[in-house]
Amino acid sequence: MNDRTIGRAGFLGLLGAGALGLFFARDATGLLNSAVPKSVSAIIPTSGWRIYTVGASMPNIAPAAYRLRVDGLVDSPKSFTLADLKAMPRAEQISSFHCVTGWVVSNVHWAGVRIADVLHAAGAKSNVSALRFVSAEVPYDDSLTLKQALLPDVMLAYEMDGKPLRREHGAPVRLVIPDMYGYKSVKWVNHIELGTATQPGYWEQHGYDVDAWLGRSNGL
Amino acid sequence: MASRPRIERFTRTERLLHWTHATAFLTLLATGLILYLPALSTAISRRQLVKNVHIWVAVAWAIAIVLIIAAGNRKRLAADWREIETIDRDDRRWLRGRRAPQGRFNAGQKINALLTVAFALLFALSGFFLWLGERDHRFIFDGTGTVHDILTFLSVGLLVGHLYLAVIHPSTRYALRGMTTGEVDEAWARKHHAKWVEAEDGPPAR
Repeated sequence: MNDRTIGRAGFLGLLGAGALGLFFARDATGLLNSAVPKSVSAIIPTSGWRIYTVGASMPNIAPAAYRLRVDGLVDSPKSFTLADLKAMPRAEQISSFHCVTGWVVSNVHWAGVRIADVLHAAGAKSNVSALRFVSAEVPYDDSLTLKQALLPDVMLAYEMDGKPLRREHGAPVRLVIPDMYGYKSVKWVNHIELGTATQPGYWEQHGYDVDAWLGRSNGL
Repeated sequence: MASRPRIERFTRTERLLHWTHATAFLTLLATGLILYLPALSTAISRRQLVKNVHIWVAVAWAIAIVLIIAAGNRKRLAADWREIETIDRDDRRWLRGRRAPQGRFNAGQKINALLTVAFALLFALSGFFLWLGERDHRFIFDGTGTVHDILTFLSVGLLVGHLYLAVIHPSTRYALRGMTTGEVDEAWARKHHAKWVEAEDGPPAR
């Protein structure tokens, strides 16, 4: 190896490693995160939540002003306050959150209400087979089939990790469906429309799969 | 008082390339951090706007770099790259902390340049796939975001070191003039970049 090839080999080696990293680097974040002190990773995440929004601004909803409208195939449209939702049976779960772009947050502690309880309180008709979740962040929405929405770990969450849901995570109420990629877990849900067919949501109109099962959709 | 003799270290092409890259990098870093850090994302919250600025600055960066290389002093840039790639015996001694005469770039500057170019290309590659994957999900790869993130951490580290050496460190901060005016103090250059000055001007007068 002559003098010149040392620098060139290092340079090309780095490029090669970086290119391979496109396919394999995700596992490196876990290692990186465990090497960094918690106080640092709270400010500068080596892994963990990324905050994605699509609208012109991020909704900022005062809990007292929050209303969840449920309409469509119901006896009569209903509107729930946050207190109304909290009065329904409280559900808790620990589940992982997978983003379609590759990042994962493990062991998130959620608390909220199951969809079945909301449907019951809203007087849903028996022919409902799809739900459209509309976000206060215009124009975001997404749909689930009734069967998907009634999975045992699907909820409308108002607490995360023991505290009221934070603004950037969809406060005061967001959808959580751990078995699908995160774009299905609509944030800032303020309207649920009950119908008979799912409609392509925001990201699905941009080419993502409607049934966003982990590891079985979106080419992943 | 007569001004001290100076020697040209960087041509216009080299300086233009440096400052174009620096400006683009800082803009991309600022917008990138807004997209990446939850606290900043929440505070700014106009993600679409920031994302568009980030992407278009990246495109402008790539075009500008290609134009400067194509229209500038290519011979000089090729000579730079040849020197930067060459880590000779003196450089290896210098890197081990011993005294060794250095060329126009010292070994640390060579490594900084190699890393900067490699990081820029990898930023562009991973950034392109972040953009494409959002439009065509066949191009979503597991580690694209991670590579882009890790590059950010590494480049910020490199930038901090580079700024310290260029602006603060007593024996290297004279080099900053070379990147602004193009010229450096000849006596300083003779001390810190002996092989270069001797190749240009011959050995010091007795």
